[in-house]
Amino acid sequence: MPKIVFEGREYLAEENESVLDCLIRHDVSVNYSCRAGVCQSCMMMMEEGTPSESSQKGLKDALKAQNYFLMCSYVAEGDISISRPGKDFQSMETEVLALDRLSDDVLRVRLARPENDSYFPGQFLNLQNPDGVERSYSLASLPDDEDFLELHVRHIPGGKVSGWVHTALKVGDRVTISPATGDCFYTPGQPGQNLLLIGTGTGLAPLYGILRDALRQGHKGEIHLYHGSSTAEGLYLVDALKALDAAHANVHYHPCVSQGTPPAGVTSGRADQKALEEIGKLGGWRIYLCGREEMVKSARQKAFLSGASLKDIYADPFVPAVD
Amino acid sequence: MSDSLYDRLGGEAAVDAAVDIFYRKVLSDDRINEFFDGVDMDRQAAKQKAFLTMAFGGPNNYTGEDMRKGHAHLVARGLNDSHFDAVVENLGNTLKELGVSDELIGEVAAIAETTRNDVLGR
Repeated sequence: MPKIVFEGREYLAEENESVLDCLIRHDVSVNYSCRAGVCQSCMMMMEEGTPSESSQKGLKDALKAQNYFLMCSYVAEGDISISRPGKDFQSMETEVLALDRLSDDVLRVRLARPENDSYFPGQFLNLQNPDGVERSYSLASLPDDEDFLELHVRHIPGGKVSGWVHTALKVGDRVTISPATGDCFYTPGQPGQNLLLIGTGTGLAPLYGILRDALRQGHKGEIHLYHGSSTAEGLYLVDALKALDAAHANVHYHPCVSQGTPPAGVTSGRADQKALEEIGKLGGWRIYLCGREEMVKSARQKAFLSGASLKDIYADPFVPAVD
Repeated sequence: MSDSLYDRLGGEAAVDAAVDIFYRKVLSDDRINEFFDGVDMDRQAAKQKAFLTMAFGGPNNYTGEDMRKGHAHLVARGLNDSHFDAVVENLGNTLKELGVSDELIGEVAAIAETTRNDVLGR
């Protein structure tokens, strides 16, 4: 009988028994609802073993790439090991390589890449301050071309981690991070699909990673990046993005500011509103939304109502810390 | 023996084709969209798919109890027959848009109808 390892215990599955049924039979408390491979409540990550195609049906490509599967639709043939989605992984120590100011309140933090660390640009990791307080930051770097991890940290007034990064952190310091996670990243397979990237503030960090990753993988469809800030001073990496726009016929960079008179080449208005207005119908497009939670929520609904399929909308909402 | 309703509609591919159209209609319908304020759209779409699969006569394990529990918080916010009717109307219009015959639409509506009392907590 195949063995299912879950949270440190082993469960033996009977013939033709799904992983979900096996865990339920053993009185293990797990989420589930439809038991028919549809509602996705019973999604888990397979750490050892390979999910079948049917057990990944309907999941986003980004989740499939990370070995997520639906327990109700998987009958183990051999032994497998599974874990709950989004569980905390082992933390790692690394070194601060560089700290550079990108704008008045945003620092670029480059960390040495731990050995055997793997990630997709656009995923996020948790950075811990010396008191053990953690905050999530998205990855702007490329794992195949760059041997550092790049984060963009905005100084939040009273922020326990961003305040420490901005006032106390020094090059050479040792810091603790978690492995990267999240499903907001570029997946290959549809090089001709048009991409719409909308970010506010440091929502640019994951998008900068995703944009360069798409180009690196030979993306041929149009790529529109809308970066929004309340003021022109909040826009950053402007020259790097202009250079990408100039070097690639399919890359279009649209900086936007929502307050005051914009400088030349910058649009007046909110990035999400401008993008949805200017692009119009989004049927067949893939959308990435990163930044303030309210912006992500409203843009997701508007993009969907403009014709984008939900499975083509990837989002990384910045949820404010509560502690 | 004739094919099941689910097969005649086109099975899972038909559900996949219908779910975005249906959810878009529901979200754009001012009679009912307030009930969807603030929900997680990905999870909601998965639920819509499960609902459509059931209404299409496809494989599902939902019970009346699930329907009651799943909608009790909405009933508390005033969910009533008029909202249920609006959802069924959006379902019919979705199928019409996909070129499904009136006869099959009637069969789907009849299945949806069987959940009315559970959904409305009666």
